[in-house]
Amino acid sequence: MENLSKSNEETESRNENRHETMDSRQLKTGNREPTTEVILKVENLSKQYRLGTVGTGTISHDFNRFLARIRGKEDPYLKIGETNDRASKGNSEYVWALKDINFEVKKGEVLGIIGKNGAGKSTLLKILSKVTGPTTGSIKSKGRIASLLEVGTGFHPEMTGKENIFLNGAILGMTKKEIAAKLDEIVAFSGCERYIDTPVKRYSSGMTVRLAFAVAAHLEPDILIIDEVLAVGDVEFQKKAIGKMKDISGKNGRTVLFVSHNMTAVANLCSKVIVLKDGAIKFIGITEDAVENYLKNQKDNNHLYQDKLIEDDEFKLINFDLINENGESNYNFYTNQEISFEFNFLLKKTLNGLRIGFDLIDNNNSEVVFRSFNDDLMEQECYMKGSYNLNASIPKNLLKPGNYLISVAIGIHNVRWISLGEINIPITIFNINGINKNYADKRPGVIMPLIKWGM
Amino acid sequence: MQKEKWLFEISPKTNLFDLNLKEVWQYRDLLFLFVKRDVVTVYKQTILGPLWYLIQPLFTSVIFTLVFNNIAGISTGEIPPFLFNLAGITIWNYFKDCLTATSDTFKKNAAIFGKVYFPRVIMPMSIVVSNLLKFGIQIFIFICFYLYYYLSGATITPNKLLIFLPILIVAMGMVGLGLGMIISSMVTKYRDVTFLVGFGVQLLMYLSAVMYPLDLMRDKLNNIKGYNLSWIVDYNPLAHLIEFGRYILLNDGNFSAFGLIYTAIFTITVFFLGLLIFNKTEKTFIDTV
Repeated sequence: MENLSKSNEETESRNENRHETMDSRQLKTGNREPTTEVILKVENLSKQYRLGTVGTGTISHDFNRFLARIRGKEDPYLKIGETNDRASKGNSEYVWALKDINFEVKKGEVLGIIGKNGAGKSTLLKILSKVTGPTTGSIKSKGRIASLLEVGTGFHPEMTGKENIFLNGAILGMTKKEIAAKLDEIVAFSGCERYIDTPVKRYSSGMTVRLAFAVAAHLEPDILIIDEVLAVGDVEFQKKAIGKMKDISGKNGRTVLFVSHNMTAVANLCSKVIVLKDGAIKFIGITEDAVENYLKNQKDNNHLYQDKLIEDDEFKLINFDLINENGESNYNFYTNQEISFEFNFLLKKTLNGLRIGFDLIDNNNSEVVFRSFNDDLMEQECYMKGSYNLNASIPKNLLKPGNYLISVAIGIHNVRWISLGEINIPITIFNINGINKNYADKRPGVIMPLIKWGM
Repeated sequence: MQKEKWLFEISPKTNLFDLNLKEVWQYRDLLFLFVKRDVVTVYKQTILGPLWYLIQPLFTSVIFTLVFNNIAGISTGEIPPFLFNLAGITIWNYFKDCLTATSDTFKKNAAIFGKVYFPRVIMPMSIVVSNLLKFGIQIFIFICFYLYYYLSGATITPNKLLIFLPILIVAMGMVGLGLGMIISSMVTKYRDVTFLVGFGVQLLMYLSAVMYPLDLMRDKLNNIKGYNLSWIVDYNPLAHLIEFGRYILLNDGNFSAFGLIYTAIFTITVFFLGLLIFNKTEKTFIDTV
């Protein structure tokens, strides 16, 4: 019974969503006119962390700091410290999680903050939301800041949904009066009406998240900070959440700082993006350029899958590489660019009926295409001993943006598979400047080919 | 260029006395909701529920009466020993609960403090307020026994200073909160302090004349192997608070003007010191906790 009503509700809101995204077309194009007024200003912001555990060393450092302070000198440990590159072994106990960050946010702007794990995104947000203080520098703000660092903070399992709405709302900075005024709206948005007087511990995890997001989405600060909340909930709820966030920034003209690893969401929502790397700003500018800068940044090894390459007494795969339009090895591609690969292999003896190809698997684990070059070209059947280079490219404007797996398939026809499903390379296709860039991942369908329209 | 007006500024150096009480006032609804949460959720999934609040002081009083009055033979004058002990324990419990519950504020709430900002001091304050409920239940059971002994002919008379009971409670809460805030600030970096609190509170109870009259304790301490140790009670504000509490509840014992003034100064000092330290710690504790 419960399941039934839930699925009904889901399809209903999916339909709703389709309309909603249609409507928000005007929003996206119409609202991006931030005023020139600076609402938030970050100046020379730095944050130092001490590595290792708190132990006996801590007390002597504290003492040295204290001595320096009473003698009116600077903190001796502020001078040292290294950039926060988590992979390399450093010499100092102190690292700079953030170093000399400067930027301004204008009123009504939606600023994206992207960067690899450990680049300092969360530290920056924590300082902005006053959870921790900066080591040096300052932040000046003209508006109230509220953050959605993680939804559902402070939910008490024993209390009912309604009681938790009040508690959570108050934790996020609303007064009781404000919450009471919005209670109906919050309950409706969460879709948990029936459970509202039931303790939260009886909720499904999805319902808890819905309720929590509903509270947070109805906050009314001047500046809203959002960190990866979209990673929770089912696909349908994520879309609802993105729609709500568009409303917040669009209709209501709220300033939003948005941190995410989801480039599609960033490209969709943000007007300006900061790329952080090792605690410093690497790039700041319009979304398209920033996303491109960030993705380009990610190719760090030239030969992608050397460690997984296969070899037996007949065949050796020397290299398999994914190459973008600029000729660079990469995992990240764009819908309006070709995806090329290169097989570099060695035959140890002459082989009859060699098949080399790939399987493209999408996010739902279903196969989008399976191709092999012999199937397609009906070419020669017999390959002499020696080394070969085989190229392939998937045409542009064909696939939808999203995450895919490219699975290498090599076999001898009617004899055996040399490799099938052993080499799986995750790739991501982004739609930054391609067709249908606003709704590419929201429209139904498996592929997104360039359609010739005429009228 | 005109000077821009900012609503607030986040910077590393803040004034030590920047307590931002205005902000605390803005968050008063949160204080109320935290109290409500504590009150509503405390009995959930227990069979005896609030009865647990009665069992602890009653059993403790019975044992204390047995050990200190019957075995050790400490005289409580005309006051029934059980009632004497119950009065002391009821007042002491409020202080003890406030202290122990607030002393791990930062550690216990690190998860929530690490995600959202609100004036941190709301949390220990809400604990002190919600402990009042427990205190209320315990003072109620005290009144029941008081009436029982009164009706069965014991010579106990209420004191007209009973109207100062709320002030006594506030003072107990302030000392507990003040010490609790100082300790919780230290716990963020040095966990050693946690170990101290557990048995420290226990020992402090014995030094605070909870189960014996203050005068008796002072007399005995006066000459221990030639040393005068009576300063232990003279400069122990809790001993004075307990004694004052017994005085107004049971009209027993006496208190000195020095004791009262000293205790008042101590209470206010420790409370504001706690507030300052807590306020300083809250800005960066999340990095060390």
